[in-house]
Amino acid sequence: MSNSTLSFVRTTMEVAKAPPASTVGVVGWMRKNLFSSWINTALTLFAIYLVWIIVPPILDFTIFNATWTADDREGCLAGGHGACWAYVEAKFGQFIYGRYPVEERWRVNIVFAIMAIGTVTLAIPSVPYKKWNAIFMLVIFPILAFFLLVGGYFGLHHVETPLWGGLLVTLVVAITGIVVSLPLGVLFALGRRSEMPVVRMVSIIFIEFWRGVPLITVLFMASVMLPLFLPEGVTFDKLMRVLIGVALFSAAYMAEVVRGGLQAIGKGQYEGAQALGLPYWKTMNLIILPQALKLVIPGIVNTFIGLFKDTTLVLIVGLFDLLGAIQLSFTDPKWSTPMTSHTGYVFAAFGFFIFCFSMSRYSIFMENRLHTGHKR
Amino acid sequence: MKKIILPVLFGMAAMGVSAPSASAATLDDVKAKGFVQCGVSQGLPGFSNTNDAGDWTGIDVDVCRAVAAAVFGDASLVKYTPLSAKERFTALQSGEVDVLSRNTTWTMSRDTSLGLNFTGVNYYDGQGFMVRNSLGVTSALQLDGASICTNTGTTTELNVADYFRANNMDYEVVAFEKADEVVQAYDSGRCDVYTTDASGLYAQRLKLTNPGEHSVLPEIISKEPLGPVVRHGDDQWLDIVKWSLNAMINAEEMGVTSANVDDMRNGDNPGIKRLLGTEGAFGEAIGVSNDWAYNIIKQVGNYGEIFEANVGPDTELGISRGVNALWTNGGLQYAPPIR
Repeated sequence: MSNSTLSFVRTTMEVAKAPPASTVGVVGWMRKNLFSSWINTALTLFAIYLVWIIVPPILDFTIFNATWTADDREGCLAGGHGACWAYVEAKFGQFIYGRYPVEERWRVNIVFAIMAIGTVTLAIPSVPYKKWNAIFMLVIFPILAFFLLVGGYFGLHHVETPLWGGLLVTLVVAITGIVVSLPLGVLFALGRRSEMPVVRMVSIIFIEFWRGVPLITVLFMASVMLPLFLPEGVTFDKLMRVLIGVALFSAAYMAEVVRGGLQAIGKGQYEGAQALGLPYWKTMNLIILPQALKLVIPGIVNTFIGLFKDTTLVLIVGLFDLLGAIQLSFTDPKWSTPMTSHTGYVFAAFGFFIFCFSMSRYSIFMENRLHTGHKR
Repeated sequence: MKKIILPVLFGMAAMGVSAPSASAATLDDVKAKGFVQCGVSQGLPGFSNTNDAGDWTGIDVDVCRAVAAAVFGDASLVKYTPLSAKERFTALQSGEVDVLSRNTTWTMSRDTSLGLNFTGVNYYDGQGFMVRNSLGVTSALQLDGASICTNTGTTTELNVADYFRANNMDYEVVAFEKADEVVQAYDSGRCDVYTTDASGLYAQRLKLTNPGEHSVLPEIISKEPLGPVVRHGDDQWLDIVKWSLNAMINAEEMGVTSANVDDMRNGDNPGIKRLLGTEGAFGEAIGVSNDWAYNIIKQVGNYGEIFEANVGPDTELGISRGVNALWTNGGLQYAPPIR
């Protein structure tokens, strides 16, 4: 190799040239993702057009033309045709607490605070004492919340449920539904797959009955028909009737979601557990349910979100949840303007979105954390 | 099994319906629990709606407060049950509410076959028309060929049909499902006329872009007398609710207001003395204290006052007295004398 005829041998690597300007940076990203073919270009332009016609009017209404401070409808009318946020401000207490007495609202605040802290610490995996926290939230907290909200004991003033309203009712109905429906749904799902004929029949009848009737019918029956069947003078708290109706209704849906998960578990898992000598409940608790429930997290959260939004139906039986309280406030002539109902609905949408979106994000987080090979 | 269950269920249903009318003494129940349970609407401006503080206000609400003032001497001892149009009668029949004061039209079928009793009229309503001032129309008889916005499937649509046919006029209906849609359609100019109950017209007018550019025509084409309702079979309670309303109307006629009721009480007018309980024992006759009407007027006001405070010309609704004026002023409000 010493008498090589080559006149030049490169001893260092050539410095890589920058890629063409049209393939990097913003321009490159846009060419790759937005304008890669004529059909993508057309879709991109259409999407931009949609954003252009939708977003500016929404921003105009909610921010630029909005009235932030006013004493009554005159103030909002003078402020142009944007949202009347002053009205939301005036009615905010009712949107959150309904007609719960003002001087007793601290009790609701305490319940909200405990619930927020408990749920958040339970939801974050790295926080310790999970077991005690869960016991507190599932056993002690409901009792505590009941006594705090209803009162009548320990020197607390009794606040009857017809005075409850707004976000308070939404959360009470939704959380009761969620907390009761999951264990009940698991039981009925197992029952429906049980080999004991009575258990199976009862489960099938329960599930098919509640899935076969609309929630609005259940609520209506509970509020209009039930009082006629009860002897006079026996009144059954309306909120309680709704809670029971909603919990049973969502339990039936939950049962079918969980049953879907149970069916996805291979027969080998059951046989393996039997081979180990595990009895039925241990098989379920240790082997089957942990796998099945993890598979159906999206379905479970779907049911929860559906349930959360279905709480708005309690309006037809005269309970005022968040949406009901907002609609009720439309009828106050003091704030009645062309923009009032739009403003109220924007606020309602925003409130519901916060809750439903957080549930959705948390479910994705849990799926990722628990995934053990099923994920694509 | 089915054969046994069904009759039992029906039997229970029949018992449930018939039980309230058989039992009496709502007054004793009310006194025992310490408040009047009052059925109101789920929000109707000026009649029953909640204000910024979350308290129920309105002309219907004031009737409930008057009953509480008569029974307890304290108008605040009322609890409200907001009821939808569908549940209102069941709630009253089942005893869930003691009195239903929820813009309910007094009709024969409701008064008779539903097992209810209407106790009077606190607002004479009726279907009316609203038009733009720029149309230059001053009477409904000039509406030939007009397009009319209304709700679908309500009696308002039928009333319009009757009225226009009777007067040989053409019209075109533009109907919508919800009240808000009707208002928006009218506001955006889809139709010339908006029709619903007159009280509703005034309430909906506030939702128009320029309320001042619209006015309600004088013609009223249907009768909708709205009043408080109680159960059949308890005449004492019926009397209390009926005379609570009558006391307010009589008080206006005699010029007794919440401001001057204390002075009036010491006056010499025998009619006023009977009303305010310084002469005779009219309260005892209906099972309440003799100063029942004094308490009503002192705490709630006379009929004119509650009208002015909730729906009158100085409120946002701006409804003039019209047929709801006293009979002495050419209206329909007329109460039998207290003697």
